[in-house]
Amino acid sequence: MPGLIEANLPALQVVLPLVAAPICAMLGKGSRAWAFATLVAFLAFAISISLFIATYGGQVISYEMGGWAPPLGIEYRIDVLNAFVLMIVSGMAALVLPYAHRSVAAEIPAERQPFFYTAFLLCLTGLLGVAITGDAFNVFVFLEISSLSTYALVASGSWRNKRALTAAYNYLIMGTVGATFFVIGIGMIYMITGTLNMADLATRIIEHGDSRTLRMGFVFIFIGVGLKLAMFPLHLWLPNAYTFAPTAVTAFVAATATKVAVYVLLRFMFTVFGFDYEFQAETLKNVLLPVALVAMFAASLVAIFQDDLKRMLAYSSIAQIGYMLLGLAFLTHTGLMATIVHLFNHAVTKGALFMVAGCFILSAGTSSISSLRGIGRDMPWTTAAFVAGGMSLIGLPLTVGFISKWYLVQAALELGWWPVALLIMASSLLAIVYVWRVVEAAYLKPAPEGVTRREAPLSMLIPAWILVGLSIWFGVSATLTTTAASRAADVLIGSSQMLWEE
Amino acid sequence: MTDANALLLALSIPTVTMFLIAMSGSRPNIRDGISIVASICTFAVVLRLLESVMAGARPSVTLVEVMPGLTINFSIEPLGMLFATVASGLWIVTAIYSIGYMRGAQEKKQTRFYICFALAIASALAIAFSGNLFTLFIFYEVLTISTYPLVAHKETPEARAGARVYLGILMTTSILFLLVAVIWTWNLAGTMEFRAGGILEGNIDPAYVPFLLALFAFGIGKAALMPFHRWLPAAMVAPTPVSALLHAVAVVKAGVFTMLKVGTYIFGVGFLSKTGASEWLVWVAGASILIASIIALTKDDLKARLAYSTVSQLSYITLGVALANQMGVIGGSMHIAMHAMGKITLFMCAGAIYVAAHKTKVSELDGLGPKMPVTFICFTIASLSIIGLPPFGGAWSKWYLLLAAANAGQVVMIVVLMLSSLLNVAYLLAIPGRAFFAPPKKQVAHSLGAAASPSDGIEEAPLFCLVPICLTAIGCIVLFFAVGGLYEYLLSIPILPEAAP
Repeated sequence: MPGLIEANLPALQVVLPLVAAPICAMLGKGSRAWAFATLVAFLAFAISISLFIATYGGQVISYEMGGWAPPLGIEYRIDVLNAFVLMIVSGMAALVLPYAHRSVAAEIPAERQPFFYTAFLLCLTGLLGVAITGDAFNVFVFLEISSLSTYALVASGSWRNKRALTAAYNYLIMGTVGATFFVIGIGMIYMITGTLNMADLATRIIEHGDSRTLRMGFVFIFIGVGLKLAMFPLHLWLPNAYTFAPTAVTAFVAATATKVAVYVLLRFMFTVFGFDYEFQAETLKNVLLPVALVAMFAASLVAIFQDDLKRMLAYSSIAQIGYMLLGLAFLTHTGLMATIVHLFNHAVTKGALFMVAGCFILSAGTSSISSLRGIGRDMPWTTAAFVAGGMSLIGLPLTVGFISKWYLVQAALELGWWPVALLIMASSLLAIVYVWRVVEAAYLKPAPEGVTRREAPLSMLIPAWILVGLSIWFGVSATLTTTAASRAADVLIGSSQMLWEE
Repeated sequence: MTDANALLLALSIPTVTMFLIAMSGSRPNIRDGISIVASICTFAVVLRLLESVMAGARPSVTLVEVMPGLTINFSIEPLGMLFATVASGLWIVTAIYSIGYMRGAQEKKQTRFYICFALAIASALAIAFSGNLFTLFIFYEVLTISTYPLVAHKETPEARAGARVYLGILMTTSILFLLVAVIWTWNLAGTMEFRAGGILEGNIDPAYVPFLLALFAFGIGKAALMPFHRWLPAAMVAPTPVSALLHAVAVVKAGVFTMLKVGTYIFGVGFLSKTGASEWLVWVAGASILIASIIALTKDDLKARLAYSTVSQLSYITLGVALANQMGVIGGSMHIAMHAMGKITLFMCAGAIYVAAHKTKVSELDGLGPKMPVTFICFTIASLSIIGLPPFGGAWSKWYLLLAAANAGQVVMIVVLMLSSLLNVAYLLAIPGRAFFAPPKKQVAHSLGAAASPSDGIEEAPLFCLVPICLTAIGCIVLFFAVGGLYEYLLSIPILPEAAP
């Protein structure tokens, strides 16, 4: 039996939350649905850890779904990069769900909560599926599972603020456009190659060589995924969706959904199209690089002028996605490493910060920065968590943000791209401004008269502090994450270079 | 106790103190007692290390590997040992002084104050002991963050604005320039270790050296090289013990110490003088010395005047590095100790004047001398030391810097140093001069009748304030006579690369 489970771990990773989701809906009011969902998330996390351990050394697990051999059947193909992303996604779910109990209880009516957890598990299923599969069309299917459930999750914020409905609708439209683009792109490369398995696609694309159809396919996929990951200027859905969604959703989605989309981009660009695909290299340099740089500045600047804490963090996310895309646009080993390590680092940091925002909302009833004056005294632990997370966002030493920034700048300097290195640093100065605005308000301004605010409950504080702890731990001793990122970058570069050289 | 353990102990005492202070927050006497005991213990451990280092030991400890190849490592060499001794020794004095000041001035949130203070000392020591550039950078940033709450301590709009400038400039320079320089160095040399004779020679195109040096020189914002000096006057909104220890000793000295360290162990003095890369820095530092002195002349606020004086004096040390010869390094390092002793006295006097007489402006000090004789005598002694007259410590460091300028053939810099001394006389000695000799101003009809009655008695600050002031003032004199040993010690700073084994 254990052997059977072990052999089927890749399938279980996705099937477990998928099957659990409808069960969750049937569990009725009360805490049962929540407890069940949490249990499932923990199991999923355990599975992904064992997958990560199995692939950390550089091994590749290939799992044939239903025993159908690829390229005809669907293949789950797990290397260190997938495993890394799986771990981020399931780990965040395992931390957010305990947090969600109190936070969701305050934001969503009791009779709706089972459905909320169902949607949450479906979203988890989708994200895990995207990360694990080795089949291009399967990516699309899972991407839609995760997106559709996210639309529902965002809309469930409407009990707190009706604007969640328009935010969700907006997201729905944009997300669907993105998905359509993506599937058109896949259709085009299918037209050329007649296959959907990624590894198979890679070899056949090389055989086929460059063509106009291939280019169109690339562009459609690039734009489609760009919409999903909120690449500037395709980010317009993101601020409202993050602001009005229930906080637990924001914390989870901000930490995982965009990361998974970045993963899809990495996978398609480097495994499917190949590291040395010239048209792609041109596009990255001429389109992605400037776009990433503009995102870093424009979104940070906008973040400075937000009054709502969640919205500020949302804009900061767009800027941080700029960093990830920038690392990708360098097209070097160090650059890719920076991107991959930042997937983890930003997930941890932003997850913690959104959780803190949720604590503020629960206790103070608002996330408006101007009404959080003097909150450092009333909620010392929550506010301290914000400061620690904020430092990581800025990229100060001893936090994970520093590690990402280090590799990013190193990548820029290796290429001799001076101005880019300075721009990266300059944009993190903007982060100081928007983080410190909150710090000043929380600690140095007197609290408004007649307001009582209590420290957030432990069930919310502990997950937030675990994330903060992780962001410090992996900032002090980053060998594990950087080694994993370095090997993942090797996988991406290695597989494709081998093919193009043949 | 091995040297390595002593090193860790020296770093951990202030760190543990933080938590002890936090726990004893409700009992002020115990809390303040803890910080004094901790400062004495730290100093004892540092002295124990100093002894080993003078005997030739070079203890080294590696804590963790942050990223592959990048470790947090502490190694002691003579320069760092000097800085550590100065910072931890003056911590004792300041710890005593802050009790008098903080209670005398009835400041709020004293527990937070002492916690941040201990953290700042811990990071200053970590900077002093850091064995590679990476470690140094990390604790450089920790020091910035830990002093922010101290600068913003009063929580008034002015304090907030000052703290904002403080954080803004220090962060901007360190992230925008220093971090880029650090990563660049790592890319070039593949190591960050502080090595005698530098690590860059042969790894960098000489044409780029001035640019890299510029990134370092302006990136080390704590050295307050113009035009990135504005944070120092802005930080004067902090309570005076902060200005005394941090903005005359720990923080600013961490800046120039980093400068010295980078000059000797990253670039290498020989490499700098061979390429002439630091030629421009000589001029910038010289200009900084004079301009800051002139600005100091115009300041009426006592602490602002002292702050600009610090900006000017810090550039002496930068100048020492830029002159790129052994005398420059010795003069610069010696100035760390001499200026620290003098400037901390001046700041503590300014604080004592504030506590006892509630005066903050130079123009209000007329006739105050006879009322606070001890304070003003100490002020005079410290001023003379800063000016560089014998028999006070400051004379020697200025002497060696002059020698360095002469060795480097920079005649103009000799003139600059001399001119600066004259300016020092004008802006520093004027203060005790007014206090002792100017007739007290007619009391303007004060709204409070009681304050109008002039009293002839002595109105000194509390004893907790006065004793530290006397100690450091005496220190200024002692240093003059103790210079022989100090010079011998500083000669052991390795300038040339070690012979290949």
